[in-house]
Amino acid sequence: MNLEKVVFGFFIFLALTLNFGFFVGEIDNLEHHHLREFVILFIVNAVALIMKLGDRSQVDAMLLATGLVAMLQLVGAALIWILAAHVWESGMTPGVMASIVSLAGGAMVANVISVVLLVAETVMLRR
Amino acid sequence: MIDNIYFLILRRMRKPLLALVVVYSIAVFGLVLVPGQDSDGNVWHMGFFHAFYFVSYMATTIGFGELPHEFSDAQRLWTIFCIYATVTVWLYSVGSLIALLQDENLQRALAEGRFAGGVKRITTPFFLIVGYGQTGRDLVRALTSEGRRAVVIDSDLERLNGLQLEKLREFVPSLQADAQCPDVLLSGGLRHPMCQAVLALTSSNEVNLKVALAAKLLHPEVTVICRSDSNDVSANMLSFDTNYVLNPFEIFARYLRMALSAHCHAILNDWLGALRDAQLGEPRKPPIHGRWILCGFGRFGKAVYRELSGLACELMVIEQSPEHTGTPPTAWMHGRGTEAATLEQAGIREAVGLIAGTDNDANNLSIVMTARALNPELFVVVRENNLVNEDLFSAVKADTRMHPSLIVANRIRTLLKSPLLSRFFDLVQDCDEAWACTLVSRVAATMQESAPEVWEFGFDRKDAPALLEAADLGFDIRLSDLLKDPGEPDTNLSAIILLHQGGSKDQLLPEPDMLLQAGDRLLCCGNGRARSRMRWNLVDIDVLSTTLGQPQQRGWVWQRLQPHLPARWRT
Repeated sequence: MNLEKVVFGFFIFLALTLNFGFFVGEIDNLEHHHLREFVILFIVNAVALIMKLGDRSQVDAMLLATGLVAMLQLVGAALIWILAAHVWESGMTPGVMASIVSLAGGAMVANVISVVLLVAETVMLRR
Repeated sequence: MIDNIYFLILRRMRKPLLALVVVYSIAVFGLVLVPGQDSDGNVWHMGFFHAFYFVSYMATTIGFGELPHEFSDAQRLWTIFCIYATVTVWLYSVGSLIALLQDENLQRALAEGRFAGGVKRITTPFFLIVGYGQTGRDLVRALTSEGRRAVVIDSDLERLNGLQLEKLREFVPSLQADAQCPDVLLSGGLRHPMCQAVLALTSSNEVNLKVALAAKLLHPEVTVICRSDSNDVSANMLSFDTNYVLNPFEIFARYLRMALSAHCHAILNDWLGALRDAQLGEPRKPPIHGRWILCGFGRFGKAVYRELSGLACELMVIEQSPEHTGTPPTAWMHGRGTEAATLEQAGIREAVGLIAGTDNDANNLSIVMTARALNPELFVVVRENNLVNEDLFSAVKADTRMHPSLIVANRIRTLLKSPLLSRFFDLVQDCDEAWACTLVSRVAATMQESAPEVWEFGFDRKDAPALLEAADLGFDIRLSDLLKDPGEPDTNLSAIILLHQGGSKDQLLPEPDMLLQAGDRLLCCGNGRARSRMRWNLVDIDVLSTTLGQPQQRGWVWQRLQPHLPARWRT
């Protein structure tokens, strides 16, 4: 068993599960999507992305690409959240929440692909 | 693989980045959780946005105070912890990231990337020069002054720094790398479609051999020119079709023999192979009959001995360590040649010539000084090993100076300058001395002071569009027409046509009434003015018509308009 692989996999799966947890719920209902959950999701995604740096096989390159995509979506969501809470007159409206959650949903798709790639690679190794 | 380094650097970035993310997250979460009190005593909690803002300026030690409200003591307690944790981790991770970016291997990889990019962007023909010593430097100067491009690879950073400081007309991409790796040669443009030739000019025969081998294997059509001063290595290079192998000692020995047996040939070589702006000097004719003393029987001495032993002169060799170099079959003496006694024994007083050919500059200079004192009439040939001593050698005023690096550089320049010039020299080899002397006096009469410029052009669209146009109009163009001054058709330009190459036939010094055909190539020599005046005839059809004594060719519109114009405009 390779501890590095365990930690690596742990963060990738955690990123996906947290992402799902944040995403579930009515899309524009402020009660269903929590800020703290989002922050933790953001941090775990960042850690997962850093873990993917510097591997050179084809699968690893794909993993890095999916991580970058997820991060891009989440940074967008975070910016919207900050702007809505602190800058815009409107404050947090259901519409803003809907766009944040849809971005997070996009990040989740990228995370799903990450997990699929990781599982596929593991299965290939087993055979 | 060089791009391994990028992945390695990225891998090494993981730790500092992770440390940063983890510590920042803990600090932010702590700030969000710890309750604060504003001035009215209300409890407030910091939001994630403000917490991240606060941590950002705290960790980087910029510091703006306690925002958005004054902190409670509980928050300050947490902040104390955060300051120590985040500042430390910030300094650690930024420090290691900067250190990673300065990593020597990464920098080298980046330099190689820049170099390869610079070479890829070259759109004109260029030469790949491996080894930037005295030969390389001389060549790069000569090539760039003619507006040609060069690419340089050398393993010594000091030398390349010298290249950066040169004031060259063209940008010369350079890389510090071991040219024995084929990768390096490839990034230097070995397979670039514009790569004209690979020149292996390092001081190591081994490296030159490997470069030549790689060049011939990876790009068989490319011209490969090598320097080698060992006969074994030369033979090895020639065995796999290296185009030119230059041995400075052989070249010089052959030149010396030519100077002794065919003086005018040697002068032609000097003049036509000279650098731009050189002065036209007539070298002193070396005496053929009599005793020549050769000091040093190393590689140079052996080459000279081999070439001169067939001539009428009598050779006397002085060698310091015959156990290393071997001895000549004829008369030789043991000694350094720097002391009067040895030279006296060798018969310096009745000798006509002296060749100081040891591999030590100080000894060579000393030999010349001592010998001159004993016999002021001597014809002196001296070998220079190091350009540092340039001034000393010019002060000693030897009749002929032999500098291996410059000899190789000169020979390569001739090869690269114009293929026709090399062909011309080959043909001249077979001509007799009287013919060469006639040509020397012709060149001397044409040129007043400075050495002639040598140029070649073809009867084709690129070099001479006007000639083609005139040929299409049915005019006969003779060589003599090209030599007329376009401004004043009765005077001739100060130029000589040395070689005419038509079809498969090469004609030395063609007749002036020779007719030119499309596809011919001509080699000329003359002064700079003649060269630029001649171009007018080659590229401007109107000038050429005047020279040929024909009416000017007017444009199509003008031809249509002319009949309808008033008479006074029809000139």
